[in-house]
Amino acid sequence: MSQMPASNAVQTIDVSLGPQHPSTHGVFRMNVTLDGETVTRLQPVFGYLHRNHEKIAETNSWLAAMPYTDRLDYICPLTNNWAYALAVEKLAGLEVAERAEFLRVITAELTRLQNHTAFLGFILGDMGAWGTALMYAFREREKILDLFESLTGARMMCNYMRFGGCRCDTPPGWIEAASALVDRFPAFLDEMEALLTGNEILLARLQGVAPLTAERAIQGGMSGPVLRASGVDYDIRKVDAYGIYSRFQFRVPRGEVGDCYDRFMLRLLEARESVSILKQALATIPDGPVVHPKAKQRGLRPPAGEAYGRIEGPKGELGFYLISTGTDRPYRYRVRPPSLINLTLLEELCLGTKIADVMVILGSIDIVLGEVDR
Amino acid sequence: MNDLAEAIRQAIPGAEVERIENPGPSGQHSLLLGLPTARAVAEFLRDNQGWDFCSNVSGVDWPARKVKETVVRKELVDGVEKEIQEPVEREVPGYLEAVYHLYSIPKKSGPLVVRMRTANRTEAVSVPSLTPVWKSAEFQEREAFDLFGIRFDGHPDLRRILMWDEFEDFPMRKDYVAPDDCEYEPTPHDAVLALVKARQEVA
Repeated sequence: MSQMPASNAVQTIDVSLGPQHPSTHGVFRMNVTLDGETVTRLQPVFGYLHRNHEKIAETNSWLAAMPYTDRLDYICPLTNNWAYALAVEKLAGLEVAERAEFLRVITAELTRLQNHTAFLGFILGDMGAWGTALMYAFREREKILDLFESLTGARMMCNYMRFGGCRCDTPPGWIEAASALVDRFPAFLDEMEALLTGNEILLARLQGVAPLTAERAIQGGMSGPVLRASGVDYDIRKVDAYGIYSRFQFRVPRGEVGDCYDRFMLRLLEARESVSILKQALATIPDGPVVHPKAKQRGLRPPAGEAYGRIEGPKGELGFYLISTGTDRPYRYRVRPPSLINLTLLEELCLGTKIADVMVILGSIDIVLGEVDR
Repeated sequence: MNDLAEAIRQAIPGAEVERIENPGPSGQHSLLLGLPTARAVAEFLRDNQGWDFCSNVSGVDWPARKVKETVVRKELVDGVEKEIQEPVEREVPGYLEAVYHLYSIPKKSGPLVVRMRTANRTEAVSVPSLTPVWKSAEFQEREAFDLFGIRFDGHPDLRRILMWDEFEDFPMRKDYVAPDDCEYEPTPHDAVLALVKARQEVA
């Protein structure tokens, strides 16, 4: 029989969660201190995927950064493209072709759909329901990626948008195919909802876990679905009405208590609103050129000045802060990464919860490491 | 924006606020805050003016540069006063800049661009941290410290965030030279070689 410890002082254990862990969504690491199973300290460690995206963009021409933005949040390349194009258009005072505005809304909302769909699968995996839900979600996501491939030539690295428009027009039959997919999509959301939302285990794992008040969410710089799940009515599509979002009817869903369940359900509700926007946009898209005739791509030299452009990305507020000194390359190119900034309150959310909940909380924030580390 | 600057000056005695013009078409002008009163001004902006959401924090490096200007001077030429335009080069000392983009969630307005400048790029590289005012600045100020070398006084946890802890240089600075990596670059050359030599001489 081994000796009993001399005192009954609390013994804590330090655990390094990640970077190689199936539920950290990439190479994200957390140094966690545990008292039994309860988290008493959590320190996120970043940088395993750092390649200094911003420096690379500052050594290239304005256009050359466009394909590189695909690699930020690689689940949602088209919204990254749009945010960068929007910031450059603000900086250089460019206008966007009418048909391209519709194509941007359509591709961005399809991106939001497939991001939220993938999110449903990922968070189920984080809860231990590995496989089935993820495969259901990825089956639908793949159909959207097929649309991206036929439009842009690539499933994920789309490199589709240009200053003042989009790179190419739709191939024959694309609008019809997209409409058919959008019409079928609510059936999948109904199926997922029937399968998941009433599930007792899912409710037990999500409800009441890591609630976040509206004041803390604003103070911590939370954006996107995480901010709205805490009950804050703030959607950049409504606030800034960038692009042509003011022409479409849609609602901004909000949560009540801001726990993991609210963050989970908010994605389902947002996906339904995206379907509604897509139906309106696909029905009213006009003919015309996809790039504004006065827009310049290669050899663009925006006048000296600076601009901050932002969009409502599927993960949150994605912004680009650009400074031009009148040359052919950015003087300063800064990405405002929603995935990184949404992790600011991760420790606050996780303190006092069980270690198994940490993965669910991280999953409910929805990060992509390509954007966290840049 | 001029009204806001006036309101700040009235609320906080001795506050230095200067409006910085943005020449580009975006029209996003900014306020340059004096360092001693910056924290108080930030609290005033958050609590009294409703700028509760600090969206983006960005470092910018401005090395010493020469600005070409034309100076007009009057001179008597053959008894007639004439205006003569002369190109003049003016030296602008280098500095580092921290730029904050603020939004108001209840008023749904923004961005308000606020900037702070360090005295130079070598030893006086401190600005007050605004993390106690907006928690969202925490990781972003760490990033500006990591990549630009701006020190944020009063930051609760100022460490490198993206580069590893032992790393010494600041990669986002304009004069940064990537280190010589012998494994991948068998024939070091030019700027890399000069840097290595300079470091060896110092050591």
